[in-house]
Amino acid sequence: MRAGGGIRRPYHWLSHPELTEGVDVRHVIIIGSGPAGYTAAIYAARANLEPLVIASSVEAGGELMNTTDVENFPGFPEGIQGPDLMTKMQEQAERFGAEVLYDDVVDLDISGPVKRVTLGSGAVHEATSLVYATGSAHRKIGIEGEDRLSGRGVSYCATCDGFFFREREIAVIGGGDSAMEEATFLTKFASKVYVVHRRGELRASKIMQERAFANPKIEFVWNSEVIDILGDEAVTGLVVRSTEDGVERSIPLDGVFVAIGNDPRTHLVHDKLELTPAGTIWVDGRSSRTSLPGVFAAGDVIDPTYRQAVTAAGSGTVAALDVEHFLAAVGEAGTPAADADQIEGLAEVDAA
Amino acid sequence: MTAKATNSTSWNEDVLQADGPVLVDFWAEWCGPCRMVSPILDQIQAENPEKITILKLNVDENPDLAMKYQITSIPAMKVFNKGEVQTTIIGAKPKFALEQDLATYLA
Repeated sequence: MRAGGGIRRPYHWLSHPELTEGVDVRHVIIIGSGPAGYTAAIYAARANLEPLVIASSVEAGGELMNTTDVENFPGFPEGIQGPDLMTKMQEQAERFGAEVLYDDVVDLDISGPVKRVTLGSGAVHEATSLVYATGSAHRKIGIEGEDRLSGRGVSYCATCDGFFFREREIAVIGGGDSAMEEATFLTKFASKVYVVHRRGELRASKIMQERAFANPKIEFVWNSEVIDILGDEAVTGLVVRSTEDGVERSIPLDGVFVAIGNDPRTHLVHDKLELTPAGTIWVDGRSSRTSLPGVFAAGDVIDPTYRQAVTAAGSGTVAALDVEHFLAAVGEAGTPAADADQIEGLAEVDAA
Repeated sequence: MTAKATNSTSWNEDVLQADGPVLVDFWAEWCGPCRMVSPILDQIQAENPEKITILKLNVDENPDLAMKYQITSIPAMKVFNKGEVQTTIIGAKPKFALEQDLATYLA
């Protein structure tokens, strides 16, 4: 049973016979523990909503856990390490009463008034509202050698795997901020870093571009797409094709770091929530309201465009405020909320 | 019982000459996903003390073994049986997914 406070059955408990026995119905469950999830948790906790955060078992803290210096988060003029920033966000949420679970959601039942979340451990949690902030997962190139050699020279995490490429030649695929950050970071280890990009110019911010251009270990391979990754047991090279004249050439190297972007992580809600053509979860205008009442979404999972730690945090704030309004509205619309322990017979059920 | 550490010195005895299957978790301090998967391996060890031995190898302190087993991505988990690598799992995974990958040993 959660700490503190009486168990508050939601307004509709009388008319909802399928409430799982022995499970508290919370005000809100937040799925995801990146900047969106934790910021939503900070706001919800400060509103006394006692949020439960399902943080994931191995990806708690989200994408920033695999970054090094975060230099564009306001309030940290000297920069801050990604994992440190996420630890601070978690501490801030917990300080106000958020509860964090290191587990993974394996099933969601969110169409009814009680949102039911099943975890990898088998535990079931229920709430009147849900904030879905699962972020995005790294995108794959989609070629044969990529999966086969994943972990054998193909990597999606420079900070995890760069160490193993000391004095080797490697390539970073992509032209955005994360590709430039990875390429620059990897020059600490590698003797040479090729940056392979499909276009003739970068999407990355000017400061990241300039840093990469100034680095003598980085060589740009412009207007080229990766068509094959070579190697049997380990990566031995890359085959690229020019997007201008179609000429193919191979580059011998030992490692390939893929940083071509991210796709919103929506697999748990594909058939449950409306999505946009971009694959993100549809939300109503500038709000966080999804196509289902009581279900809100925030962060990269609704954002095909900006995808920053700061915008995700802002989006988490919007979701928490929307949850507050929603809970207030259903409280007014339904039967008066009552503490379960004030109702005869229910205390035993909850204690079970 | 949680997973114990191994190193280059005790490698032969701990891993190659061990009787049953031995899972070695190649990890490092600076690897966030390694820190997430470590307590999960401790749990699996505690729940299956007879079936599998789980050991942790710090790749910073034992670069020779990391190189020998061609580790290029961590966490990397390799199950050794009679000195041979039988199963390789790369990347942090939730407990239920790891248990699936290790099903033949945990059955």
